[in-house]
Amino acid sequence: MFEDFISYFGHLWQTFIDSKWLFLEATLLTLKLTAISIFIAIFIGLLFALLKITKIKLFVWLANTYIFVVRGTPLIVQIFIFYYGLSYGPLQISGFWSAVLGLAFHNGAYIAEIFRGSIQSIGNGQTEAGRSIGMTSWQTMKRIVLPQAFRRALPPLGNQFIIGLKDSSLAAFVGLAEIFNVSTTMGSNTFDFMTWLLISAIYYLLLVFLLTLLVSYTEKKLAVSD
Amino acid sequence: MEKQKEMIRVEKLNKYFGDLHVLKDINLTVGESDVVVLIGASGSGKSTLLRCLNFLEIKTSGTIQIEEETVEPTKTNLNKIRQRVGMVFQHFNLFPHKTVLQNVIEGPIQVNKVPKATAIQEGKELLEKVGLSDKANVYPSKLSGGQKQRVAIARSLAMKPDIMLFDEPTSALDPELVGEVLTTMKELANEGMTMVVVTHEMGFAREVGDWVVYMHDGKIIEYGKPNELFDQPKEERTQEFLGSIL
Repeated sequence: MFEDFISYFGHLWQTFIDSKWLFLEATLLTLKLTAISIFIAIFIGLLFALLKITKIKLFVWLANTYIFVVRGTPLIVQIFIFYYGLSYGPLQISGFWSAVLGLAFHNGAYIAEIFRGSIQSIGNGQTEAGRSIGMTSWQTMKRIVLPQAFRRALPPLGNQFIIGLKDSSLAAFVGLAEIFNVSTTMGSNTFDFMTWLLISAIYYLLLVFLLTLLVSYTEKKLAVSD
Repeated sequence: MEKQKEMIRVEKLNKYFGDLHVLKDINLTVGESDVVVLIGASGSGKSTLLRCLNFLEIKTSGTIQIEEETVEPTKTNLNKIRQRVGMVFQHFNLFPHKTVLQNVIEGPIQVNKVPKATAIQEGKELLEKVGLSDKANVYPSKLSGGQKQRVAIARSLAMKPDIMLFDEPTSALDPELVGEVLTTMKELANEGMTMVVVTHEMGFAREVGDWVVYMHDGKIIEYGKPNELFDQPKEERTQEFLGSIL
């Protein structure tokens, strides 16, 4: 029994090593998907957070509706809507961009709520201090409130980035050869599903680990003022 | 004698928060280089009055003139007015993500578009003036309350205001740190700065104030020279208030 385990881990390790070039490409695709979609999601999130705090009814309604729809529907459905839905119209978008847009719109809704909370957690005294030296409300937002809010948002943002990274596996369903897709393809080719799934899990773990390091490094860097 | 310039003129100022009538027909004039001290119990409206002068609160009715120019919040560019009317807050409200020097030069650079080198030069001079040259590159979290408030004063002065408003500048300080802030304010008054100060420091009011205003329940009850108001208050309510705190 014990020897079976040892020999299986030997096999797993060997497969892991042998497939490294295959997964290198897949990992790069996963990273590209995640990075681009999160980058867009941050802007979407910031935009809708700002809309929500304007207290202008139309803007607030717009932001709430967006968040309601995106949070209330599964990500895979959203990705498929971008993929199939847009192919009916004149816009033919690739699997890559439908996954990027799906992930960006999805994460953007959660990031909007994260930013809104952190912006509102910065005391009104900061805004008043900015306005009292003659800054406009946008200058005060940009120079005084947002830098502090962003710092406060980092831990939950990091969490959301991790979710985004793992959710990029859903891009497999629109034909992208990212980590999960490669592992299931190899699984069906070799009938050795478990080994290939475990390998994909190892890659995700490594990537999440690196992302966690990056977030905590940024947190430390921004903590100089404490 | 040359007529003293009117820095602030408030006429029939009223302010409501919802149904709450917090300022009732306030009339007040502040001349150039005058130090006017507002005293009164909590909730008497003195802080609200001060905040109306900087338009952090918008009046419900009445007129406010700053340097002989009527300011209508809906028409006037309030950012321009605020550049000339500095404000120091009870809780300092320093920018915690910026160093002491960055706090001071933020306004000149962002608002007045002063070249960075000039702003730094002037910022350092201001920090020297408030006795904090050695703290220029420190973050506010490393400062004592008294030091924070002196930085806040320097930050306001960096905009080269014509008028300075102080909203209970020493109320959040430990007793032993009050002196350093009052000393800084006294120096400023001696240089001829026009100041309106809300405070509970009666010693400061008496020594530095040119005029003392006693407020109660949203109204100005009594107005006078410090020695008159403190030693021979005319109004019964002023007598009661002074009796209760001295």
